[in-house]
Amino acid sequence: MTRHTLSVLVENKPGVLVRIAGLFSRRNFNIDSLAVGPTEHEEISRITIVVNCDEHPLEQVTKQLNKLINVLKIVELEPGATVQRELILVKIRADAESRSRVLETVKLFRARVVDVAIDVVTIEATGNREKLDALIKVLEPFGIKELVQSGMVAIGRGGRSITDRALRPVERSA
Amino acid sequence: MTEQMTGRTGPGVHDDPEGPGGTPGSPAPPGRAVPSPRDLATRTPHREGARAADHARPAEPPAPAAAPQAPAPAPARAEPPRPQATSPGQTRATGAQALVYALERVGADVVFGIPGGAVLPAYDPLLDSKIIRHILVRHEQGAGHAATGYAQATGRVGVCMATSGPGATNLVTPIADAYMDSVPMVAITGQVPSSLIGTDSFQEADISGITIPITKHNFLVTKPGDIARTIGEAFHVASTGRPGPVLVDISKDALQAMTDFSWPVPYDLPGYHPVTRPHARQVREAARLITESRRPVLYVGGGVIKARASAQLRELAELTGIPVVTTLMARGAFPDSHPLHMGMPGMHGCVTAVGALQKADLLIALGTRFDDRVTGKLDTFAPGALIVHADIDPAEVSKNRRADVPIVGDCREVIADLIAAVRAEYEQGRQPDLDAWKAQLDSWRTTYPLGYDQPDDGTLAPQYVIERIGQIAGPEAVYVAGVGQHQMWAAQFINYENPATWINSGGLGTMGFAVPAAMGAKVGRPEATVWAIDGDGCFQMTNQELATCAIEGIPIKVAIINNGSLGMVRQWQTLFYNERYSNTDLHATAEPKKPTGTRIPDFVKLAEAYGCEGIRCEQPGDVDKVIEQAMAIDDRPVVVDFVVHKDAMVWPMVAAGTSNDDIKSARGIAPDWGGQGE
Repeated sequence: MTRHTLSVLVENKPGVLVRIAGLFSRRNFNIDSLAVGPTEHEEISRITIVVNCDEHPLEQVTKQLNKLINVLKIVELEPGATVQRELILVKIRADAESRSRVLETVKLFRARVVDVAIDVVTIEATGNREKLDALIKVLEPFGIKELVQSGMVAIGRGGRSITDRALRPVERSA
Repeated sequence: MTEQMTGRTGPGVHDDPEGPGGTPGSPAPPGRAVPSPRDLATRTPHREGARAADHARPAEPPAPAAAPQAPAPAPARAEPPRPQATSPGQTRATGAQALVYALERVGADVVFGIPGGAVLPAYDPLLDSKIIRHILVRHEQGAGHAATGYAQATGRVGVCMATSGPGATNLVTPIADAYMDSVPMVAITGQVPSSLIGTDSFQEADISGITIPITKHNFLVTKPGDIARTIGEAFHVASTGRPGPVLVDISKDALQAMTDFSWPVPYDLPGYHPVTRPHARQVREAARLITESRRPVLYVGGGVIKARASAQLRELAELTGIPVVTTLMARGAFPDSHPLHMGMPGMHGCVTAVGALQKADLLIALGTRFDDRVTGKLDTFAPGALIVHADIDPAEVSKNRRADVPIVGDCREVIADLIAAVRAEYEQGRQPDLDAWKAQLDSWRTTYPLGYDQPDDGTLAPQYVIERIGQIAGPEAVYVAGVGQHQMWAAQFINYENPATWINSGGLGTMGFAVPAAMGAKVGRPEATVWAIDGDGCFQMTNQELATCAIEGIPIKVAIINNGSLGMVRQWQTLFYNERYSNTDLHATAEPKKPTGTRIPDFVKLAEAYGCEGIRCEQPGDVDKVIEQAMAIDDRPVVVDFVVHKDAMVWPMVAAGTSNDDIKSARGIAPDWGGQGE
């Protein structure tokens, strides 16, 4: 079992996500992380899916995904050639005694404080999963009151764009 | 021009005596022409519905009766006359009218369905259509299977229609069935008004959500302006690439609201690009393997029939001398009488076909998907064979068995290219000698022919009944089966010579398929004799459609192979459950609380109640006479109750989950392969 990151370009229409999720759940794949959002083309959405599975079943799912009429393109992003980011928001206990140490930690990880209450600070941090895991580990002793994490988004390094050629017209000769 | 399209108030398309679809000069009324199997083999697949209208003049009012002579060009290949639109320009219409106009223009000539609350608006303009024949079925499941029977018999898109909620959910089984067997079908359902969607309103079901895993694609339409385009897209998606069912769910308010109808409409399917042209290098590689192989087999599936590639297949087989096996879905793709035909492989395939696959050194798999019923235990399937796998669906290639040479493309193009590539190899002097292999297969064929025992007690052997129907009705008839023992016997003991003459529920295994599918097949091919070979268990699931057949003038013939039990399940109970017959006996004759000696139901009386001819046959000596009697009746449906021996079993058999190598030609009898191969 290995981790795979798929970038799926889809038509920006209702119901597309459930079609995609259904193909994974039918094969009993657990989706580790999922992020959906618009792209530079308003008619295209981009879904980033992280799954843990073997090569052969992944190939099957990818082929099945490709058959979905609303799916325009699928690319597996190799970690080495990809920038991957997740975002977390964390509420951390920070009373007068601990606040300065919390802030110190936040600074070390280049995270940001986005909200402050009497004995709590809320921080935001972005990074790859390893960095965020490390941050959470360091923050845990202070007391994490609440944590929310985005799905991973990823983009290939270099000048090429995967949305190129995704908008070919329908081949009428088919 | 507003009113002209309605067909009620002006000389719009509906009042055109030629019908807007009449191909100029065609004597046949639109949509009633019936392709012969030969036509099926040469006809191009459905193109997008907009094709006819590509040549239409833009922005003109609906063509009055005299106008539509000019535009339609002669089709490049033999096509049956189909309803084709001349330019209607743009017209005010309700969503429901737009639906009917679009159906007319994409080539629908028959719709099987039942109205209901949410779909009511669509039924109103349907009443005016001169092109579309609506056949009122008795249950939506019947509509769905009828659409499948129509599609499988003609190669054209079958259409069924139902209302929201229970109407739509009753279509789920036939949609799933069509999905498994790659049947081009469009199912149209009414949906509750869009303002009520998601509120558990009366007769609401999320049918587009329900059918996501069992449709090639589906649409929920809530805007009247989207209806025509969506219908065009649905037909395009259903009929191109790997065919499959497409559901269009239309909310009632969209059907009722006014819109501008125009045709053609550009499709919005940026993610749909089926590949039909095979890759030349892969084809050359396949040809090379063919010339190097000494024990090749053409493993042929239903895709060859869908691609209308029978003629090409025959040419390839005769060019190369490679033996052919045809799967359950491919019966008729290659003539049974051909000396290179080795029969049907699979769980109940013949010994020769199964042996050919197991001992082959090369399988050329065409339009087939290595289904578990064919492969048996997958890791012992064809252990010595390299695999060339050609399919139009890339997801099928290497799904179950890794392909050494994957080819994605339409089977007709793949085979045509293969023929050229193999010829090129032969011209280089590379032509293998397959005589030893063919001699081996022929010896198996002689030693292990399909056969059956006549019951000792003088009762009817079901296989004999089916065999005689096949011999008397002949290879031009269409045979439609339900699911179970009778289906397997019909696949084994009827000789198929032509594509699209064998229609059955292969993938889903839907009991109750036969009667409605036969109805659809007969509607699609009214000139053909259509026999439903059904079991008494299957028949009781959908026989209400006999009423439809009788009323609508669809004279199918139904042979009930009545063994008084759920025979295939009973066979498994005999073989694997110590003859403990739990809930497989359908006879209600000997139990204390029930009337004894009564047939429940009495199929002859039931047939008569439905306005059909009912005949019973219990003696082997009467079989021919009864079949001929049934063949002579053509003004109403005929139901023959063949009361057969209940202990007959289907052989050969590869038990579920075991290896094809462990096939039993009869109970307890394993064939001797004679050490060939390995």
